[in-house]
Amino acid sequence: MKNEIPLWEVFIRGQHGLNHRHVGSLHAADAQQAILNARDVYTRRNEGVSIWVVPSNAISASAPSDKGPLFEPSNDKIYRHPTFYDIPDDVGTM
Amino acid sequence: MRDEALFQLLLRLGDNALILGHRVSEWCGHGPYLEEDIALANTALDLVGQAQLWLGLAGEVEGKGRSADNLAYLRDASGFRNLLLVERPNGHFGQTLMRQFLFDAWSLPMLTALGASTDTRVGDIARKAAVETSYHLERSTDLCLRLADGTQKSHDMMQEALDDLWPYTGEMFLGDGVDTVLADDGLAPDPTDLRGAWQKTVQQLADVGTLTLPDGQFAHKGGKTGRHSEHLGYILSDMQFLQRAYPGATW
Repeated sequence: MKNEIPLWEVFIRGQHGLNHRHVGSLHAADAQQAILNARDVYTRRNEGVSIWVVPSNAISASAPSDKGPLFEPSNDKIYRHPTFYDIPDDVGTM
Repeated sequence: MRDEALFQLLLRLGDNALILGHRVSEWCGHGPYLEEDIALANTALDLVGQAQLWLGLAGEVEGKGRSADNLAYLRDASGFRNLLLVERPNGHFGQTLMRQFLFDAWSLPMLTALGASTDTRVGDIARKAAVETSYHLERSTDLCLRLADGTQKSHDMMQEALDDLWPYTGEMFLGDGVDTVLADDGLAPDPTDLRGAWQKTVQQLADVGTLTLPDGQFAHKGGKTGRHSEHLGYILSDMQFLQRAYPGATW
């Protein structure tokens, strides 16, 4: 394990996208090489205007077993869900 | 005279891209790891794409109805005009990268100068190819640096690759009668004028990567006029097999 090339998560902001989106992961020795590799692996077809790379081990993730406590939507508490409002078209993307 | 020189220039540019592209494509599926494998295949595709543009224009300038495919697949070794450097065998990964770097460091200033060619068709292709080539150079420089300034073993292997390829670099800067006509008409730069930019890029890699530039002046030559090393024949027998065995086959 010690000699393996580190893993990086790649985020790309698309041509018309607003946010950087996670597109996948790849191996690279450091950040600079990760960006070059991301260009070759993920952005050959005009997909992106900006690339972020993050070391995979820098990401803290929730445990699948915490799904209940974290995500239980409490559907019976209808006041939590703002479904009673009409959003005017002029607002655009929310 | 002008058109004949222009035709030779286009063959030289097209054949450099085609033969190097084919060489690099030999790595497909054999890269040291997935990311490099994809990057090498991308580089090969860029180069073959450039070859298609140069050779397409070559056929047009020649005016005998030959297409880019026709020029790529139906000429024999003596009809090719590429530098000997690009037909050198791949060797190990570092050797392939060093060959790519030495070529890219010449190709970028060459394409940049061609961008101002008095023939706008040449300028258009050159500017498009320069964008791809500046990325190739960034990549080959980065990887050559990492290996040269890596472990003692990788350093030694890169030094060996540089020593091995050095005698094939001089041909890039040797002009002949064709080059004189091209330079006089403002179609292409004088090859000797490109040495300064190339030398600077290469010296930079050597300085940062702790490599020693060989001081040998000897230059293998002949590729630009169709006298090739034995390697080109093997490349062509592989590359041209399909069209030779099944003439006109398409898919």
